[in-house]
Amino acid sequence: MTIAIVQFGGSNCDQDVYHVLNDVVGLDAQLVWYKEDNLSDYEGVVIPGGFSYGDYLRAGAIAARTPIMESVKKLACDGKPVIGICNGFQILTEAGMLEGALTTNMYPKFRCQPTYLRVESVNTPFTSRFRKGEVISIPIAHKEGNFYANEITLSYLENNDLVVFRYADAEGHVTDAANPNGSQENIAGIVNVSRNVLGMMPHPERASEEILGSKDGLKIFQSMADYITDSA
Amino acid sequence: MKYEVDVTIELKPGMLDPEGTTIKRALGHLGYAPESVRTAKKYIIIFESANIHEARENVEQMCQKLIANPVIHNYTINLREI
Repeated sequence: MTIAIVQFGGSNCDQDVYHVLNDVVGLDAQLVWYKEDNLSDYEGVVIPGGFSYGDYLRAGAIAARTPIMESVKKLACDGKPVIGICNGFQILTEAGMLEGALTTNMYPKFRCQPTYLRVESVNTPFTSRFRKGEVISIPIAHKEGNFYANEITLSYLENNDLVVFRYADAEGHVTDAANPNGSQENIAGIVNVSRNVLGMMPHPERASEEILGSKDGLKIFQSMADYITDSA
Repeated sequence: MKYEVDVTIELKPGMLDPEGTTIKRALGHLGYAPESVRTAKKYIIIFESANIHEARENVEQMCQKLIANPVIHNYTINLREI
């Protein structure tokens, strides 16, 4: 099974994802430059973090409108898994593949720190190896990670079990103090209604090996690998 | 015909504007006491169109497809022939 890691000008977590998928998870992942317009040979896609196009206009806005994103949409429509991490999450919302928007952190500062997340839904291709309510540690690194959606959209996310991760404290309490960026309802990650497109601000590739202080992120990629194997 | 348009993009009313809040606080340090500071971005675009109606339609599409994010933004258009 081959996974595409999409590279835009300004992506900078692509090599980290490449290392984790190939060397830790044991998948066959390839870097794919954004000018590629056919992803039909791939079983899944990761859109890594970074500052595509220098965050010009809005974070993710320009990347979301490149031709490769049409191929990513097509692959998602075929039910294959897509993960957008950090800037990748911003790109997926800008592309209309996920609800809401990521706006400037409530305290307008770049925040790079470990965060605890509570796993809200295990009914996704990315969280099947977790327990519902499990508290995991995955770091964030962003300035535009403040998840915003209107009331109707928030209810829609809630009612359809589309919120996957919320910022929490070490005991799993979802509190204002544990919210690093002002995200509504502490939302750190969501899926689309078909559940095969995940966007999350925290960086699982930075928490996939013991030496990095947490291996919790690894289960996200392993869950995705299970899903691809099971669908084959 | 050639047209020039100023497109102003603002956060929707009620949305947090952390940058505006920070500027408001800094103005306070200088002895001013603004009731509110909100940020906006302006884009100035020059383009060709057959007539003013088509020009306006083009600008609306540019805003909806790229320049604004309808989830969080309102926009205003100031269009003129040049």
